[in-house]
Amino acid sequence: MKLCISAQGTDLEAMVDPRFGRCAWFLMIDTETASVEAIENAGVSSPGGAGVGAAQLVAEKGCKAVITGNLGPKAHATLAAAGIKAYGFEGKAKDALEAFTNGKLVRLNGPSKESHSGGKW
Amino acid sequence: MKIVVASGKGGTGKTTVSVNLALVLGNCTLVDCDVEEPNCALFLGDMKVHQDVILMEPAFDLDRCTYCKECADFCHYHAIAVIPPESLLFFRELCHPCGGCAIVCQHQAIGESPRMIGDIRRGEFGGVTLYDGQLKIGEPLAVPLIRKLNALDDGDGVFIYDSPPGTSCPVVETLQGADYAVLVTEPTPFGLHDLKLAVDVVKNAGLPLGVIINRDGVGDDGVERFCEEQDIEILLRIPESRQIAELYSSGNCLVQDMPDLARSLRAVYTRIQEVVG
Repeated sequence: MKLCISAQGTDLEAMVDPRFGRCAWFLMIDTETASVEAIENAGVSSPGGAGVGAAQLVAEKGCKAVITGNLGPKAHATLAAAGIKAYGFEGKAKDALEAFTNGKLVRLNGPSKESHSGGKW
Repeated sequence: MKIVVASGKGGTGKTTVSVNLALVLGNCTLVDCDVEEPNCALFLGDMKVHQDVILMEPAFDLDRCTYCKECADFCHYHAIAVIPPESLLFFRELCHPCGGCAIVCQHQAIGESPRMIGDIRRGEFGGVTLYDGQLKIGEPLAVPLIRKLNALDDGDGVFIYDSPPGTSCPVVETLQGADYAVLVTEPTPFGLHDLKLAVDVVKNAGLPLGVIINRDGVGDDGVERFCEEQDIEILLRIPESRQIAELYSSGNCLVQDMPDLARSLRAVYTRIQEVVG
């Protein structure tokens, strides 16, 4: 199964990035082969809709789950439409992966942040 | 001639300067572009709706859609998300209605439908014609409404445009087609900080500019020094005054009761005319 972790760096030693749409890197992980592909997030400097763009990318990569810090309403709606489950985690990506594998992660069942569009924080 | 009154920082006195400059000139058009809270009319009087402002936004015919994602890939603002096999999400608040999605769709699945985003009101006050834009509550885009207000300048006569605060898209749009920018600031570190940003925007637009210091006498001399270093003309200093505060807070214009200020504002206009030529 494929899974995406929003991360501050390019490998599993990196911290999970609390931002989803504007995280630094997406770590695309294949849980069967344990391979990690790091994709730099072009949405960091996106004028708007970064969360939607990130969710689309994750769906296109065939991921079934996302681990991140927070999700905005539009990213949440897009992931839900794609049937992708989202989980919250604070800490290192490798610990997030281990917690996921052991079924210990908590689902983000709704947006955990308000919309940032228009410069709102 | 189009004069834009802008500021960077909010609450420095753009509207006070705009309204009173229009009144001393008479026979001119005042346009309030602060469409999220237009308040020139508070000082002048009743307004009537002049025109509705309509935007065209995409309308999706999902019977024709093949979920090919051409539209979503095209949209710079990610207002459309397409998740095959059959999910399409449209985020209205991200859409900057450009019509591009309807053009790139090869399946005639995207049309356009009208959405009212606000209106333009008009009022006559002596020789001053005031227009203002009112963005509907919840509408995210001020620029299309300001563009309509810009189109009111037909090049015939004097137009004073009261800008929204800040230095972002709505201000840049208000500056389109301007001949001169008046930047109103207050002599404080906060006023100076945002004045610098506003000066950058106006210089980028290639416009001549001058500064009006409002509430002169409070704060420090930072603004004065900045203007001297940058060779920016200070057009006027409006003193910190209880009389102004009282007139303003009871919704009155200043120039009827303050002949000196009226003379000074007339001189500001004469100076702008000289610079614009």
